Amino acid sequence: MRPEQGTLISRAQAMAALLELLTDQPVIICNGFPSREAQKLADRPTHFYMIGSMGSAPAIALGVALAKPQKQVIAFDGDGNVLMGMGTLATVAALKPKNFIHVVFDNEVYGTTGNQPTISNVVPLEKVAKAAGYMNVERVLDLDDLVYEFKDMLKKDGPSMLLIKVNEFAEDAGRVVLDPPDITKRFMKAIE
Amino acid sequence: MIESDAFVQAMQNMGVNFFTGVPDSLLGGIIAELMDRRLYTPAVREDEAVAMAAGAYMGGKIPAVLMQNSGLGTSLNTLISLNLIYHQPCILIVSWRGQGGKDAPEHLVMGEVMPQLLDTMKIPHRTLTEHSAIEDLKWVAETFMKQRIPVALFITKGVVKGLHP
Repeated sequence: MRPEQGTLISRAQAMAALLELLTDQPVIICNGFPSREAQKLADRPTHFYMIGSMGSAPAIALGVALAKPQKQVIAFDGDGNVLMGMGTLATVAALKPKNFIHVVFDNEVYGTTGNQPTISNVVPLEKVAKAAGYMNVERVLDLDDLVYEFKDMLKKDGPSMLLIKVNEFAEDAGRVVLDPPDITKRFMKAIE
Repeated sequence: MIESDAFVQAMQNMGVNFFTGVPDSLLGGIIAELMDRRLYTPAVREDEAVAMAAGAYMGGKIPAVLMQNSGLGTSLNTLISLNLIYHQPCILIVSWRGQGGKDAPEHLVMGEVMPQLLDTMKIPHRTLTEHSAIEDLKWVAETFMKQRIPVALFITKGVVKGLHP
């Protein structure tokens, strides 16, 4: 039993609070429920919804950040995703893009496939990022801290990681409706 | 043999302005030249390089990814479930290890199946040769622009000058 269970906010609550603080920043959102929930909460052309290539959200965001150094680029990621593409924490830390914020919604499960446990209950991912060399790293458990820390990260030079412990609840959100090539086109036009 | 700096200059002349990847000995000369020109962003895995290139493409760059052909195995899912379905092109510069069965054992299977593997994935490919280099690069550029999917250029041993000529 997780110590925080029952006291945590949901990923959608956390995401809604983050999206309220964002306007036209490019946001790369990992596959599975996170992309579906983001689409339901606030569908913006600056959102790149992933439906496959698990583990790649921060690498895509890194590519955007390097190509668009004047824009602050956000990755919305999950614990299973970070574990799958863990090498990218090192790549980000080595390249040190100032305009890169990595948000990790950590519910300790593979939610989209039926809540099988990940290993993020015993491997603190924000500490891995910190050890790799991310400039700012925070782990938060509630909405007030989340808003405070994210606002702070938006003002600071990155790379930054905000790890948010969330519960396993998933919104009743439909699949991503746009065709993938249209997501690419819309996103490219929006961040031109 | 094509000089590494001539190869890199030809890529730049085509408009390629974002280079990432994971090294191979056959690509050593090209990567050294790219690093000299401060054009190379190193990745730790080939699928990461492919995803980074996709992000750079969406940010307005023309990307190329360098890798040993073993990296195609690592990149398979990203190429399929990112590049191919989202119509995100990149130039794959792939060293053909294990070509003709003459290489270390770990390269032999991929060396044999690589062209068929890319055919199955519907990723167009071509092998660079010295006498057809200009045509080869023109074909790469045209395929990239027209099809908006990854296009692979195979580099075989001795075609582009490496670190140890």
